[in-house]
Amino acid sequence: MNINQVLAQFQTSGKQTSFHDRHLQPQIFADLNGKNWHLKDYEARGGYQALRSILGMHGAEGLTQDQVIASIKESGLRGRGGAGFPTGLKWSFMPRQFPGQKYLVCNSDEGEPGTCKDRDILEFNPHIVIEGMAIAAYAMGISVGYNYIHGEIFQTYDRFEAALEEARAAGYLGDNIMGSAFNFQLHAAHGFGAYICGEETALIESLEGKKGQPRFKPPFPASFGVYGKPTTINNTETFAAVPWIIRNGGPAYLACGKPNNGGTKIFSVSGDVELPGNYEIPMGTSFATLLELAGGVRAGGKLKAVIPGGSSAPVLPGSVMMDTTMDFDAIAKAGSMLGSGAVIVLDDSRCMVKSLQRLSAFYMHESCGQCTPCREGTGWLWRIVDRLENGQGKATDMDLLDSVAENIMGRTICALGDASAMPVRGMLKHFRPEFEHHITHKTCMVAAYT
Amino acid sequence: MNTAHMQTIAGQTFSADVQARFDRELAKYPADQKQSAVIACLAIVQQTQGHVSPESEKGVALYLGMPVMAVHEVSTFYNMFNLKAVGRYKINVCTNLPCQLRGGQKALHHLSEKLQVKVGATTADGMFTLQPAECMGACADAPVLLVNDRSMCSYMSDDKLDLLIDGLRLAVKESS
Repeated sequence: MNINQVLAQFQTSGKQTSFHDRHLQPQIFADLNGKNWHLKDYEARGGYQALRSILGMHGAEGLTQDQVIASIKESGLRGRGGAGFPTGLKWSFMPRQFPGQKYLVCNSDEGEPGTCKDRDILEFNPHIVIEGMAIAAYAMGISVGYNYIHGEIFQTYDRFEAALEEARAAGYLGDNIMGSAFNFQLHAAHGFGAYICGEETALIESLEGKKGQPRFKPPFPASFGVYGKPTTINNTETFAAVPWIIRNGGPAYLACGKPNNGGTKIFSVSGDVELPGNYEIPMGTSFATLLELAGGVRAGGKLKAVIPGGSSAPVLPGSVMMDTTMDFDAIAKAGSMLGSGAVIVLDDSRCMVKSLQRLSAFYMHESCGQCTPCREGTGWLWRIVDRLENGQGKATDMDLLDSVAENIMGRTICALGDASAMPVRGMLKHFRPEFEHHITHKTCMVAAYT
Repeated sequence: MNTAHMQTIAGQTFSADVQARFDRELAKYPADQKQSAVIACLAIVQQTQGHVSPESEKGVALYLGMPVMAVHEVSTFYNMFNLKAVGRYKINVCTNLPCQLRGGQKALHHLSEKLQVKVGATTADGMFTLQPAECMGACADAPVLLVNDRSMCSYMSDDKLDLLIDGLRLAVKESS
């Protein structure tokens, strides 16, 4: 075997994560098998019909920009990258009569620990993102777009570039798309290892060829984005939801989820489950159902805790999760956030101090260093949790953790500071005795931790 | 300054093939925003030369018409850039929480034992550099690792780790 053949043996086929029959009413992952990512396959699944219909092909009347945005508003689609901001509303913020260049950006800088959905969308259904972006560009009168893909998934980046070539050759991208007056040039860009670039203004800085340090907001990207021009940024999965909405109508999308939480959502389930992977299910499905789809808690274990929306979301006890549904409002009500839909499951063999120690190390490593509370605070948090884990905690450390977390939150340019503090507060709120045990006994409460 | 002249100077640092790849990246951005291609150009440099040296930073700066320090800011900010020479194969093992729950840390330890090398170091024969890494967005595939930035390996049980290392060693031997 040559070197490439050696490496190819270990490349995932996506079978375990996304090609299984354990999705419920899938829209984005429907009928995928890993091989049918090409343009002709996508067209056979009804792909690019939404774009054709808004452009008014074959003498039929198309949709106006306002009609497209109204349809997205009606659907209840909320941003899939973490914040859950209503997509239609975001699109309506773009100045449509602006005389200069405007930009559309897809945020595929998927690096929130627990998340691996955008990778599978881009790798196995890239045209759904291209079509969604083209529709968005049409609705906002944008002629240039970039898909910023994080640097750890070069194979996926190459796949997306190949899909772009197919779309250009077929006339779905470029000048006078499908013979209309609509022009849209779309390119792929990549990062090279920086979690912070998932923050939209850091991503813009990175796209401009700079360090990924977030900008002050306001001004928001809609008025001052890429190269200082009006810019709209959405997550990969958000764009991927758009073609279905245009084809089936906003009300149908909303009906698939629950009020204020339209559509399906892809949850990346990781950690202590039998079948880690991506599960596309209607918003508002119960957590118990999702856990069952993922094969339940790994053999021998009992559900202890769940981080429901990526590592930045506060942890919730398993019992609370078993009573909740998977949507923005229900998870917020339970005291955490849906975030990017990364569900990290921990069983009863896990020590929460050790888990937090690893997360705190991550935020310390990824803080961009721009704001003092985050740059210093993340290191401070890690040092305290690290000494607790190593049996050197002091009685005053609990209050100190609380105070450092409190003093980071709300005092930084971007949300990374809050993201480092929220897991700490969640852990202390629900698992305080474990931390106190580490201080008092210098050992772990959970003996079986491996 | 004359951009064409600067590119001629920079051209002495990079092969025609590499320059063609640079140009392909540059074509994505407005003509007055060449700096946008800096990450991609540095990644190409790293792929072809193994790491980003001060000389190649200078070459990229000239090629893109930006200050050398602005290039250095980028190469020092993004985690995947190697600022020093690494082994023929750089192996980055994800150890973040979702991976840790499914043996990420154990995989790093296994490789360290098998390669007889400390985490963060390079084997004596210059073949492998072993490093821990942060989230790669492949959490359901854990344990997961990256070989030379561009090849992701999923579900890396101890058996598969052995296959990977032995396979790479054999492939190198056969190709030399």
